Amino acid sequence: MNKSILILKREYLTRVKKKSFIITTLLMPVFMAALMVLPTYLAMMDDKEERTIAVYDPTSLILDRLESNEFTKFHYIPEQEFQGLRKDFKSGKYYAVLYVPENILTTNRAEMISDKQITFDIKNLVTNRIENIIEGEKRKKVVDETGVPDLEKKLAATKTNIKLETIKLGEEGKAVKSSTEIAMAIGYVAGFLIYMFVFIYGTMVMRGVMEEKSNRIVEVIISSVKPFQLLFGKIVGIGLVGLTQITIWVILGITIATGMSTFIGGESSGSVAQAQSIMSSPGMEQMAASAPAKENITLEILNLIGNLNIPLIIFGLFFYFICGFILYASLQGAIGSAVDSDEDAQQMMLPVMMPLIFSIIILFAVAKNPEGSLAFWASMIPLTSPVIMVARIPFGVPAWQIILSMVIMLATILGTIWMAGKIYRTGILMYGKKVNLKEIVKWLFYKN
Amino acid sequence: MEIFQANNVVKEFVGHVALSSVSISVKEASVFGLLGPNGAGKTTLIRIINQITAPDSGELYFEGRPIRSEDIYQIGYLPEERGLYKKMKVGEQALYLAQLKGMSKKDALKNLKFWFQKFEIEAWWGKKVEELSKGMAQKVQFITTVIHQPKLLIFDEPFTGFDPINTNLIKNEILELKKNGTTIIFSTHNMSSVEEICDHIALINQSKKILDGQIDQVKEKFKTNTFEIQYRGDIPDLDSRLGANFKVLEHEVSDRMKQMKVQFLNGNSNNELLKILMNQFEIVSFKEVIPSMNDVFIHVVEQNNLEIQR
Repeated sequence: MNKSILILKREYLTRVKKKSFIITTLLMPVFMAALMVLPTYLAMMDDKEERTIAVYDPTSLILDRLESNEFTKFHYIPEQEFQGLRKDFKSGKYYAVLYVPENILTTNRAEMISDKQITFDIKNLVTNRIENIIEGEKRKKVVDETGVPDLEKKLAATKTNIKLETIKLGEEGKAVKSSTEIAMAIGYVAGFLIYMFVFIYGTMVMRGVMEEKSNRIVEVIISSVKPFQLLFGKIVGIGLVGLTQITIWVILGITIATGMSTFIGGESSGSVAQAQSIMSSPGMEQMAASAPAKENITLEILNLIGNLNIPLIIFGLFFYFICGFILYASLQGAIGSAVDSDEDAQQMMLPVMMPLIFSIIILFAVAKNPEGSLAFWASMIPLTSPVIMVARIPFGVPAWQIILSMVIMLATILGTIWMAGKIYRTGILMYGKKVNLKEIVKWLFYKN
Repeated sequence: MEIFQANNVVKEFVGHVALSSVSISVKEASVFGLLGPNGAGKTTLIRIINQITAPDSGELYFEGRPIRSEDIYQIGYLPEERGLYKKMKVGEQALYLAQLKGMSKKDALKNLKFWFQKFEIEAWWGKKVEELSKGMAQKVQFITTVIHQPKLLIFDEPFTGFDPINTNLIKNEILELKKNGTTIIFSTHNMSSVEEICDHIALINQSKKILDGQIDQVKEKFKTNTFEIQYRGDIPDLDSRLGANFKVLEHEVSDRMKQMKVQFLNGNSNNELLKILMNQFEIVSFKEVIPSMNDVFIHVVEQNNLEIQR
């Protein structure tokens, strides 16, 4: 056992001290954050450009009701100038020309002319504003025609937004507010994390075994320690490298997310204000409540997450993390010991990794229907259960299913480790022989 | 005293016998040569001694008692196919391998310092193994094999990859280790080095031990009663004078030297031959032809293969 710890330490330290490990571990979260922040940030930068839009409005419907804001100015022009701009856009210093045709009330069409691609934001902003104005205009017309007093107010009162709350009855009949979306998101992320982790670090175990075999150092080592101790130390050492990386990512992720939300939060309150000013046209009053509504959503999400069985989710994540890794790593270690070349390794790896790849393929179907028979069976079969069960747990899985799945998992791991140890012991000393599955099965029955 | 003994060791792999009833016994503070053609079963026997594989049947004794798993810490093994972790630093790696052999970090560092100084390779300590040449890496491997001061050392082709200077260095180290009481099992195809350093040999062919004994006794056993004579002068009708008891195998006459090889056919004494020759010419040298280990090896293995075919 002492020797296994020595091996474990070497496996762990040589990998953790590698430059590539340090760089990916530290830069990955930064990179991910950049990937999320950058587009938002760039979009904000864009918004700061000052643009003047010329408006030609023969209907006079829009006239003076398009309010300029900090960055987007509206300038009303007469027909003459409009015609001039049409011929030679460059003659005016406008970003674009908005043309509101006479028949806008019936056709619902307007034109925006520019010599460049009009940005998405500008298009949205202008569309929203005109929409509101025209909608208000039409409503006013209807109200005027029908002559019912206070019709406008009454109509406004009929605006409805339905929020469907999903409630899940717990074991003791207590109603718990649940959110399918949140369970799905957590389950999906957890399942994907396990998939990545098992795949990357399982392959690392295989590479490590192959390295020792092709280096021929393995014979020296197993003259000091039992082959099983070597394999065991390697799997646990590399597993700990993975856990270290994940832990650092989680810590960095939380730090960056917190930092980011204050950064974006500060910035976006400005944009919310901007949005409010855009929306403050008649008929859109309810949007003014958007800022407090946003806070409510955050609160509610926190609330809903609180309603999930967090300790169980974390326990399940760790359990299937570790078990799934040990299961696949011992299989990969056995493969690494059996082959001599990379090509052989690829060929042997595919059938073993197939169930893992399969589980990521069905993950979405499972997340959509976590109670279905596909989900049930996939979370019982140990080769797929690490990904599938963690994806199901946030939805709430009957205790007996979790226990059964875990028991099957543990039993399989014991069997797999025994099997992998046998294959490994024979494989690492077998050179220059092209092995197939039949050959490997034979090794299982070799005496020492 | 025997430090290691194997009695009737049998090891079979599926469809092929690697060792059939092989027994060897290795005396303390000696160099034991384990010889045999490729694929004879030497490596399997060495792996059994190292407890990398277990025999199907047969007994193994270390220092007179049945071998135990802790005994591997008393054994140092330099395999024929050997290597180091390429990306790991020399010092770190030597330290790791020494610790795997049961040494404390402190002792390992102390001994490593001694050996690195002795081989004048202290400057390599912080280098990665991939930066070393093959010969340099072999030196490091030699050190990691002997670092824990094992009672029994097993070298499988230790000289491959060394230049003559380093071969000599290692050879002297092996002899010095022997002088200090270490027992060495030495497996090689290089017969001249066997003659130089081995005290005792065992020859394995096709999974069986076919020859065993002290090196001088083995050679004695395979000598053909042939003498090499250098002389001056001429002998007319030499064959008839020698008669039926002696046979001339080779006769070489050049300007510089006259020389012949004569085999004794009926166990006559040297003096009888000398008597016949002395009257005719001046004898410059007269010596018995002792077979080299190379000759013994080839002779015995070929003989054995013929017997097996029959």
